[in-house]
Amino acid sequence: MYSCSDLKKGLKLMIDGEPHVITAFDFTKPGKGQALYKCKLRNMITGSLFDRTYRSGETFEPAKLEDREMQYLYQDENGYVFMDQKNYEQIHLSEETLGDDKYLLIDNMEVKILMFNGQGIGITLPNFVNLKVTQADPWVKGDTAAGNSKPAVVETGYGLQVPSFVEEGDLIQIDTRTGQYVTRVKE
Amino acid sequence: MEPNWALARKRPLLEKRARIVQSIRAHFVREGFLEVETPLRIPANAPEAHIDAVPADGWYLQTSPELCMKRLLAAGCPNLFQVCRVWRGGERGVRHLPEFTMLEWYRAEADYRSLMDDCERLIRALAPEGRIVREGETIDLTPPWERLTVAEAFTLYAPVSLEAAMEAGRFDEVIALHVEPRLGRTKPTFLCDYPAELAALARRSPGDPTVAERFELYIAGVELANAFSELTDPHEQRERFAREEAVRRAAGKAPYPSPAKFLDELASLCEAAGIALGVDRLVMLLTGAETIEEVSAFTPEDL
Repeated sequence: MYSCSDLKKGLKLMIDGEPHVITAFDFTKPGKGQALYKCKLRNMITGSLFDRTYRSGETFEPAKLEDREMQYLYQDENGYVFMDQKNYEQIHLSEETLGDDKYLLIDNMEVKILMFNGQGIGITLPNFVNLKVTQADPWVKGDTAAGNSKPAVVETGYGLQVPSFVEEGDLIQIDTRTGQYVTRVKE
Repeated sequence: MEPNWALARKRPLLEKRARIVQSIRAHFVREGFLEVETPLRIPANAPEAHIDAVPADGWYLQTSPELCMKRLLAAGCPNLFQVCRVWRGGERGVRHLPEFTMLEWYRAEADYRSLMDDCERLIRALAPEGRIVREGETIDLTPPWERLTVAEAFTLYAPVSLEAAMEAGRFDEVIALHVEPRLGRTKPTFLCDYPAELAALARRSPGDPTVAERFELYIAGVELANAFSELTDPHEQRERFAREEAVRRAAGKAPYPSPAKFLDELASLCEAAGIALGVDRLVMLLTGAETIEEVSAFTPEDL
């Protein structure tokens, strides 16, 4: 069982017999009072979103989901297609199920598909992915402050903030858990 | 390897933070306060039902510098301030870090009303333009700021009465979900006069013993400071600590040692008032930062 101190973004819980994922989390504590754990939850089967506030002392049943290692193949009109490389079985995930992870998928990427009752209901990407920058303002000469940033777009259409020295054509590493820039990568 | 960009990005806010902390010190020195440093690792904190101290080599990291500062006050130092690190186990959120920076100040021969005046002067000194802008709203800092009792706030904003919430054990939940977000939206709000059972170290109001002379300062829905007229009766203080310990025991939490020297010396404490203000949150308000990590160089996740 999980306790309130385990709650965080991305944690998966069973609620009323169905798996749910925490999509946003905040801890709050009024004055010298009791801690409150505010969660935004998504039902991983129906996709419905709702808010719940828990108080310390409550416990939660972990969602035990089977992980299957699969490879991303392609996108078609029914969604995104993945294949189990051991038995060549293919499954589809909808755009809605992937959420923002769709921007971080690359061809042939090895991912973990979360299964519930034989159905694919979620995905775990590798922690880091390398993507090519397709749009960024040029580097202004003299802008050498290490902390400066600017917007950029990568090959999948995903937009993020990058350091000012990153240029179009650069390959950059992105942390898939936060969606943030990590570093430039040499090809 | 490239420099850590996530860290390098924080530099502009870290520079603002440094200037704010320097201005806080200058303000209190100008107002005649003595800056003190007290130990961060102590044998006992004030036992409080919902604050968890972090154990440290047989003692504890301080959850607040209040006990040592009140001992100095009781020994005759009239006006004191301190800016220091404090630790509260398990607290991590958009506005919470388990280790953060606290500003505390204490005034002898004063009650909580003079601390409200102090807050108005301090924050106006830090925001000379006379306003704070947050989430598109402008909060006017011209004094006097709003003074709202807890009972009045429940009447205005809560779906249940204060009495009903207290009886159902839902006070914190109602305050957090229904009251706090409405406070300090056009002017800062002093939410004052808490039910006496919700104040472990505050004096009961001489005019109404069912409430304690305690206030919390809110700006733009952010809880910034907690203050009270100090309880100076050692007998009543022991009883309050015992009550807090009982709540901890009932929740299955580890018992805390009693701060013996503080309780012994409390008898020498004159009328006094003290306040704790979260410096990280103040920096958030003054810079427009949305999360506490933006104004802190490192969070536990970065270490």
